[in-house]
Amino acid sequence: MLSLFTTFFHIGLFTIGGGYAMIPLIEAKVVDEKQWISREELLDLMAVAQSCPGIFAVNIAIFIGYKIRGTWGALLSTLGCILPSFLIILAIALFFRQFQDNIWVARAFRGIRPCVVALIAAPTFKMAKTAQINRYNIWIPVLGAFLIWMFGVSPIWVIVVAGLGGYLYGKYITGESAL
Amino acid sequence: MIYFQLFYTFFLIGLFGFGGGYAMISMIQGEVVTGHHWMTMGEFTDIVAVSQMTPGPIGINSATYVGYTAVVNAGGAEWMGILGSATATFAVILPSFILMLLISKFLMQFKHHPAVEQVFTGLRPAVVGLLAAACLLLMTPENFSTPSDSPWQFWISVAIFIGTLIGCQVYKLSPIRTLLFCALVGILLF
Repeated sequence: MLSLFTTFFHIGLFTIGGGYAMIPLIEAKVVDEKQWISREELLDLMAVAQSCPGIFAVNIAIFIGYKIRGTWGALLSTLGCILPSFLIILAIALFFRQFQDNIWVARAFRGIRPCVVALIAAPTFKMAKTAQINRYNIWIPVLGAFLIWMFGVSPIWVIVVAGLGGYLYGKYITGESAL
Repeated sequence: MIYFQLFYTFFLIGLFGFGGGYAMISMIQGEVVTGHHWMTMGEFTDIVAVSQMTPGPIGINSATYVGYTAVVNAGGAEWMGILGSATATFAVILPSFILMLLISKFLMQFKHHPAVEQVFTGLRPAVVGLLAAACLLLMTPENFSTPSDSPWQFWISVAIFIGTLIGCQVYKLSPIRTLLFCALVGILLF
């Protein structure tokens, strides 16, 4: 039971760069070392975790924890997965307040800020490929971005309306039976 | 009161946060900066940078950091800020937790359900729009300076932006190394 916590603590602590960077470590720990699930199960699980809202790595932790030890297992693996982030970020937040006016830190962040914007621009193109953007559906991201950018519409609404729109379109326009 | 708002905001973000960490960043930006004015776009950009350079999922890192900053910016003490980060982090994972438990219990096969596939035909393109919007919203004078204000900083910033984009797209550079390199550029040139 405790090894669920320590395993995911380890995974949370040693992966830098977000959810997808965690996959190789999750695979090594959970499939090869602990043999909690098979490689095929992990692949299925990744597909489910990806199509669920929320944080990818946390979704995987919840699912594996639940499979091994039920609800308590899910709680422990989740806690293990988020605790390193939580503690490290808190330490930085407490520390950064005192140093953000330091001239060197301020300069470093002036260089970092445009870089961050580009780091968000890069996956936009990758995601456009995955989402199979073509000339028939390109208006969806363009309109969505425009509403958020120019009119301050919350991205949450864009997601809700897009999901609902996709469902209604599939149900009534292309005529596939949904239920 | 701010705790209740933080909880509600991050619960919604967790509930509708489809499409991974960056899409979630777009939502956090929309709610926290544009909606509630809990911090400036520049502060938010710094938080994203730190979230990316530290271990763990970006969504958790930024929720923790934003929770702290929102409370402290509103005039709260440090311990109140810590409570803020706990609130935001808990709220952002709660919907996942409930949903994933339900899915493991009942609907492991749900992803092949036609209704789910239909929802995703609308969702996936929208996520692309979310990322584009996050990027456009971050192109502010606070992050890039302006040609009239400080031409030196502005053009270097533009160069950093284009360089990072090319580095990530063409040369597949790791984001962390890129960030560290840009920090060095900032220290040397600004």
